[in-house]
Amino acid sequence: MSRAPENRLTGAYLTVALVALFGGVVTGVVQALEHAGINLYPALSPLIRSYYHGLSLHGVLNVLVWTTFFICGFLQFITARALGTPLAHPRFAWVTFWLMTGGLVLAAIPLVGNAATVMFTFYPPMKAHWAFYVGLTLVVVGTWLVTLELALTWRAWRATHPDARTPLAAFMSLVTFAMWTIASLGIAAEMLFMMIPWSLGLVAGTDALLARALFWFTGHPIVYFWLLPAYVSWYTLVPRQAGGTLFSEPLARVSFILFLVLSTPLGFHHQFTDPGIHEGWKLVHAFLTFAVFFPSLLTFFNVVASLESGARARGGKGWVAWFAKLPWGDPSLAAQVLAMILFAFGGIGGLVNASFNMNLLVHNTAWIPGHLHLTVGTAVTLSFMGITYWLVPYLSGRALWSRWLALAQVWLWFVGMIVFSNALHRLGLMGMPRRTMIGASAYIQPEWKAALPLVGAGGTVLFLSALLYFLNLVLTLVASRAPAPAAPEFATYAEGTSGTSAILDRWRPWLVLTLVMIAIAYGPTLVRLVATTPFDAPGLRVW
Amino acid sequence: MKRGTTVYLYELAWILPSIAIPVGMLAALVVTAFGAGIHLPGVEGRVVPTKVAETPPFDRPGVVEIAPGRYEARLVAQIWSFTPSEIRVPAGSTVTFVVTSRDVVHGLLIHGKANVMLLPGQVARVTTRFDRPGEYPMLCHEYCGLAHHTMWGKVIVEPRS
Repeated sequence: MSRAPENRLTGAYLTVALVALFGGVVTGVVQALEHAGINLYPALSPLIRSYYHGLSLHGVLNVLVWTTFFICGFLQFITARALGTPLAHPRFAWVTFWLMTGGLVLAAIPLVGNAATVMFTFYPPMKAHWAFYVGLTLVVVGTWLVTLELALTWRAWRATHPDARTPLAAFMSLVTFAMWTIASLGIAAEMLFMMIPWSLGLVAGTDALLARALFWFTGHPIVYFWLLPAYVSWYTLVPRQAGGTLFSEPLARVSFILFLVLSTPLGFHHQFTDPGIHEGWKLVHAFLTFAVFFPSLLTFFNVVASLESGARARGGKGWVAWFAKLPWGDPSLAAQVLAMILFAFGGIGGLVNASFNMNLLVHNTAWIPGHLHLTVGTAVTLSFMGITYWLVPYLSGRALWSRWLALAQVWLWFVGMIVFSNALHRLGLMGMPRRTMIGASAYIQPEWKAALPLVGAGGTVLFLSALLYFLNLVLTLVASRAPAPAAPEFATYAEGTSGTSAILDRWRPWLVLTLVMIAIAYGPTLVRLVATTPFDAPGLRVW
Repeated sequence: MKRGTTVYLYELAWILPSIAIPVGMLAALVVTAFGAGIHLPGVEGRVVPTKVAETPPFDRPGVVEIAPGRYEARLVAQIWSFTPSEIRVPAGSTVTFVVTSRDVVHGLLIHGKANVMLLPGQVARVTTRFDRPGEYPMLCHEYCGLAHHTMWGKVIVEPRS
């Protein structure tokens, strides 16, 4: 039983994250069934008042709470472990946890009470209760304090290791939080200068375009904030779990530095169809979105080459056949490799979204949630589930209750997601809007009818998978008697690739470059909007 | 030494195509977008959301023929309808939609023809062509409140007589 302070801290973050995920999957399956023509909302009232109330809960709980709390717990754990030092200020880290949890509770009160049925994107002038905005802002401020904790821990380590290279997993964790802290300035500005004063009644009007520009300043890089912690696992733990070594350590650092520099200055690709932003800047952001495809390809290569080294060490042969020799009996590894496979399709779909012209076909259609469920719903969520298959036993000191149940869960998620996401992608290409109570609409097109039941079927399989997941974790905590196996060690590097050059372990040049890129890509538009926007839209409660 | 060199060569063999692939796709994208004359909505001016009903051209929503075969459809979006909710144009028309919202954020989706956000305060303008006669559903594709799924209209393209 391990009782290091950061272990209990990680356990606390994980608890909040898992409770949120549970709420998210329960509200999710009801939506999927609605698309299949099974409307459970009348039976769920007054707990869930409408399709859109359920959808707001689903989005906030899954993409904002589950991800953020898991990441704060996981990366503080990983950083301390990689540096071989405890967190520099554990008491401060706990204050941060309670600040974030307090913020979450504050935001949850209006959300659960149907006073913030505004989706996780909360586009004004739709106006939620002020507690929703204040609560979410406290969560964001909490993540900045996590960045500070990690930076102070790294500095304490640096003082005693002046000549050593930062261990890869710690470096990646710090890059993730540095990127997020810069990226979250957009949403923080939106909250502090627009949403909070407006929802409190201190100012009368707001503006939809400026709010959306600030939101998407954060709203695209937030997907990298979710994804990079999964990459931390794929790069620094999975190669060893597969029985191999990390193929190239310098290339891994290069890809993370590129994610730092390129993740933020590209948010206009979410606003291709917004009036009020010049077409030229939209094209610049499309270019930069394609640029961020480069570190994604580097990651693909490096991680697959690392998996291959493991499979070959286990007797794998051939160009492709080695894949079967991966240790598929390990649910943690199986979850993450299956997550990678579906993420390849998520990445390809993302290129379609980012494409200047093809976006016109898919923007705001069911294609988008189809895409999001491959990326955050699988690449991130299934990887995080895989991580918990060793992390929860490690933290609790109890072996996983059932490896077979875990394997069944992982494959069910994979299969359920293929069915669910494929149906949504196809419906999007056939022009079905997203975020819409389709079963209650009067415009269901004949060609949609074959795919709609598959949304419900896939969603049901995903729900069953999630139930098996929670069942296994609960039984691990209450019924497992065997002691936990050792947590996976960090992967070593292939021989001859450990000579990281010093520039790949420095902060200032890359942070400066990041800020310059953002200033170029966003500066002119944001300055114009701030200078000319009249804030003349009054708020409305429309649910 | 041997092994390090091999890794380096593998890296290079991957990095170069990894640059070439996105650059190639981007080039294809720019050529097809500009070659086909596809444009995204740009800066078209503002309108005070609370004064949409008094502001031209939204004070008289409807379809206007601005040149032979070219129409302008002036629409106003509000919870939970388009005004007008049905427009008629002859087949072979080029139609420019000029649209804004009076309240919250809405969207306009005509599958394969138009896809634009309708933001209160902003004038949205998108041009498309209707060659085949028929009914084209015109959907709000941004969540706009409790009855969002009831917000839709039709473009009716009539055969040329």
